[in-house]
Amino acid sequence: MKIAVCVKQVPDATVHKRIDPATKRLDRSGEAALNPTDLNAVEEALRIKEAQGGEVVLVSLGPEKAVDSLRKALAMGADRAVLVADEAAAGSDLLGTARALAAALERVEADLVLFGQASSDGDGAVLWAAVADRLRRPLISQVASLTVEGSSITGKRQTEHGYDVISASLPAVVAVSDAINEPRYPSLKGIMGAKTKPQETLSLADIGVDASETGEAGSKTMVLDLAPPPSRGDQVKIEDDGNAARQILDLILERRLL
Amino acid sequence: MARPIDFAPAFGATDAVGAPTDSRDERIEVGVAIVGAGPGGLACAIRLGQLLEEHPEVRERLGEVPVAVLEKGKQPGSHLLSGAVVNPRPLRQLFHGRLTMADLPTYGEVPGEAVYLMSRRSAVRIPPPPTMRNHGNVILSVSALARFLAEQAEALGVAVLPETAATKLLVEHGRVVGIRTGDRGRGREGEQLPTFEPGSDVVAGLTVLAEGTQGFLTDAAVERFGLQGENPQIWALGVKEVWRVPKPLRRIVHTMGWPLRKSAGYGEFGGSFIYPMGEELVTVGFVAGLEAKDVEFSVHDVLQEFKTHRLVWKILGGGERVAWGAKTITEGGFYSLPRRFNAPGLLLVGEGAGLVNVPRLKGIHYAIESGRLAAEAAFRALQRGEVPSRIGALDSYDESLRQSRLWKELYEVRNMRQAFDKGFFVGGALASMMTVTKGRMPNGRFPTHPNAAAPLTKTGRAARYPQPDGKYIFDKLSSVFASGNRTRDDQPNHLKVMTRVRRPVAEAWEWMCPAHVYEVGRDLGDGMVSVEITPSNCVQCGAITAKGGRLTPPEGGSGPEYTLT
Amino acid sequence: MRALVFLEHHGAELEKGSLGVLSKAASLGEAVGVVLGPGAGEIGARAGSFGAAKAYACDAEALAAPLPQPRVDALATLVEKTGVDAVLFATSVLAADIAAGLAARLDAGLNWDLTDLAIVDGELVGKRPALGDTVLVDVGWKGSPQLGLVRSGAFDPVESGGSAEVEAFDVTFSDFSALATLVEQTQEESSGPSIEDADIIVAGGRGLGSPEAFSLLEELAAALGGAVAATRAVVDAGWYPYSTQVGQTGKTVSPKLYIGCGISGAIQHKVGMQGAGTIVAINKDPNAPIFDFCDIGVVGDLHQIVPKLTELVRSHRG
Repeated sequence: MKIAVCVKQVPDATVHKRIDPATKRLDRSGEAALNPTDLNAVEEALRIKEAQGGEVVLVSLGPEKAVDSLRKALAMGADRAVLVADEAAAGSDLLGTARALAAALERVEADLVLFGQASSDGDGAVLWAAVADRLRRPLISQVASLTVEGSSITGKRQTEHGYDVISASLPAVVAVSDAINEPRYPSLKGIMGAKTKPQETLSLADIGVDASETGEAGSKTMVLDLAPPPSRGDQVKIEDDGNAARQILDLILERRLL
Repeated sequence: MARPIDFAPAFGATDAVGAPTDSRDERIEVGVAIVGAGPGGLACAIRLGQLLEEHPEVRERLGEVPVAVLEKGKQPGSHLLSGAVVNPRPLRQLFHGRLTMADLPTYGEVPGEAVYLMSRRSAVRIPPPPTMRNHGNVILSVSALARFLAEQAEALGVAVLPETAATKLLVEHGRVVGIRTGDRGRGREGEQLPTFEPGSDVVAGLTVLAEGTQGFLTDAAVERFGLQGENPQIWALGVKEVWRVPKPLRRIVHTMGWPLRKSAGYGEFGGSFIYPMGEELVTVGFVAGLEAKDVEFSVHDVLQEFKTHRLVWKILGGGERVAWGAKTITEGGFYSLPRRFNAPGLLLVGEGAGLVNVPRLKGIHYAIESGRLAAEAAFRALQRGEVPSRIGALDSYDESLRQSRLWKELYEVRNMRQAFDKGFFVGGALASMMTVTKGRMPNGRFPTHPNAAAPLTKTGRAARYPQPDGKYIFDKLSSVFASGNRTRDDQPNHLKVMTRVRRPVAEAWEWMCPAHVYEVGRDLGDGMVSVEITPSNCVQCGAITAKGGRLTPPEGGSGPEYTLT
Repeated sequence: MRALVFLEHHGAELEKGSLGVLSKAASLGEAVGVVLGPGAGEIGARAGSFGAAKAYACDAEALAAPLPQPRVDALATLVEKTGVDAVLFATSVLAADIAAGLAARLDAGLNWDLTDLAIVDGELVGKRPALGDTVLVDVGWKGSPQLGLVRSGAFDPVESGGSAEVEAFDVTFSDFSALATLVEQTQEESSGPSIEDADIIVAGGRGLGSPEAFSLLEELAAALGGAVAATRAVVDAGWYPYSTQVGQTGKTVSPKLYIGCGISGAIQHKVGMQGAGTIVAINKDPNAPIFDFCDIGVVGDLHQIVPKLTELVRSHRG
């Protein structure tokens, strides 16, 4: 079974995140790591491969150096990586990213496409639904447990009200939640072998996507302005003299929290 | 009087030495295993890579993975922290004929420098002592340097393995045969979690330990092979921040004096550094010896206190803190160096081997220099067809160290740090004498005393610390957060400390630790208290090791994720 | 601005979040609603009292299950039919998938996590927090229609009375929309909000002194309509279940009000709760680190203060 896992590079959690006031985009110049929830998707793909055989292909859209963050997923056991690295695609919004990823995924011809659920940099929070629509394949998101049987899959989807059990025929797109599994640590052998696994870098032209449909040019949303959020206000310090409870309630009511 | 050394836990370095336990096919074989992707380890790897590139016949003999560098941090640089103003000579030498200084990630040469003697209200400019002249040196971030060096090493075919902690030195028949990596995926009680991944025996013909301050396996090796130097080793703790500032700083600044107290009774020795990092960033750090006697002595808080001085406010005011970190610095100097830097199958490189010049505040270029010399000695042995584990095969490393400039420099200042045990003024006078006579006077060996043996007192030091405001003055917890610490909070406790101690010892640990790992717990009667530990806060600075406990390598990949420090 | 608002419903009830978006859209221009699924017609009629000028409804069999892709087909059809300028959703698991699928289908811009909407110089502008709530960003759209996902609870429904004309419409569903099917649905009984959803959290740490003291927090949480959470230290000690642990390996929460009792403030706990709107800390140790990052710091005995606060809250609520 061929499983494609869509992964992305996000600025390292520790790098002081800021929006570049000049470009009004997230400053991604700091070090970058794999989006943490993508590891759940990679882990799920590896488990399926271990149970039924097949191949796990990482697919990513990002700058050339994104190849470094793919290394960890390869070290976990993914077989190869496909990176679409094209200057023109920088700053793509949801549509441009979905377009490029869908084109790359069509090339890979996977039976199952996995996404991690949320992105720590705030982009692509709903990417999988846009990609599924472009691929014209069924979608199950928020999946907390997944089973694969022959040519269909069944996923337990978490909603605000409980669980829905959804079945879909393959090929399909699945977005997994971080409750689905605990990603494995790569073994030392895995880490050492990662570098030799095939890593393909493609341009937009290679996947048949017009540069004007991605990047800033192809973006249908934009950032107009930045402002600091309303300040937290000054801290209030109370020493209890018997009245603290009353003071706390008054403050809570004053701030309309009740 | 209470002293931390009286409460050292039962933990011997030889807990970290043993024979390989994996079966032969499970073991991972490499030619040369280097522990630590810092400037020392990577310089060694790069030099070896260069030599092996030029001599493929030697390279072939080292197998599929000729050189591997193991790093416990998330990536090279994640656990590195320094000022840093670096002497570029060893870097130029390392990259001779391949790269120039312009290719390296530095912030350029030192533009100018000033040294101040501080008091609460003033800062008196004094001429830089000869040991502190930095003309021609370059400013850089050691964390960024490591990332760059790792790329260079990989380009030469070196395998750099991050998130891999080395927890045991493999010794068989009196020879070092490699290291064992740490387990991952254990829970609080050491139980195996579903993600459990056991460590591996990495066997190598030659092991190079470049672990930096308080190297865990280095200490084990020194004990196992009887390599102890004459004086006990001592350390200082450095805490620093990186700030984005409104106007560029155009010189490097060093200060002495306030907020440290000058009398010998307090045991407060150290100073600050303020360096520009390009036009937009400035790093400010405070370093103080860990023999400080007041239980409330906290380098993090002293740094915050230091920032309230007008001199610092003029530089940082209106800016924004973008990074924070803490790490110990090896201070013992010449007489604390191991008596030999090699053993069968083993080489010791860099700060882990004590190679730091405290009066000059320099260690990075010594690490690079010793790494290069180690690589060359190893290569010579390999080229001769030597087995690195034969006794004496690696002696040429020791010889080259003793003939190098760094040895001479360390010898000249061999007693300077110890002189300050006598307080600021006497120490200063002695230091001047040593400087003027280039180390010839006063003669003899001044002793050092283990940091943990310093008796503890209480003098109300904490009353001077400023209150955090989250904008200019920061508390420890948000600082730990800014370090990117992502240690799993159900990891096994990697800190070996006694949890029933005299109250002053617990208080000293609570204040000393920049990450607020230790807290005074319940009263147990008789002047004893329990110690509450939050190991997941730990940024692996090592201060506890100097003060009666022992930091051991936690799960690979945990700890801080420094990038700018 | 003419906006189409997706009105999500559960059973026969329209979701409060959707009604809030509807009220807001109605205040900015003309708003029409759409209800999809069985009984859509009756449910849709109620939309009028929250500002909908009209409600569109489709109860086709393909919409019986709460799945996103057939809804993308329905909304795409409706957008073409009505020519609206904007399509707005209140964020939910279902709505997020629909909105993104619709964006791809219509090649339309989608801004999400919006906390406010306004018309500026005749154009729709959204506001959203970014970078962990450290910055507020104004966002806009290019082209039409303009799709927006509004953060849960950002707008309150405003009942203005009135009813909406309901218009049924037909949809031709894509072949691939039927490839996902609902096998089973389970509802979870919850006693009070889970800590991830709670607007108010009362959390306890080692300073409580004993597991029994958690009952004080439970009473306060019940009075406030909130949830009880715990720190790693007390979970490790077995005082409270792991499912309530806030912190790095536990959960990340962002309630409007967080009351930490007997908590010193370990870094991992802070990571889990620092997104809270207002942080109140009650601790008898004035040097507890939590006092450095809370909004209201109370130095005192929680065993006295918490029960008194519970009593006061109860009488306030009457």
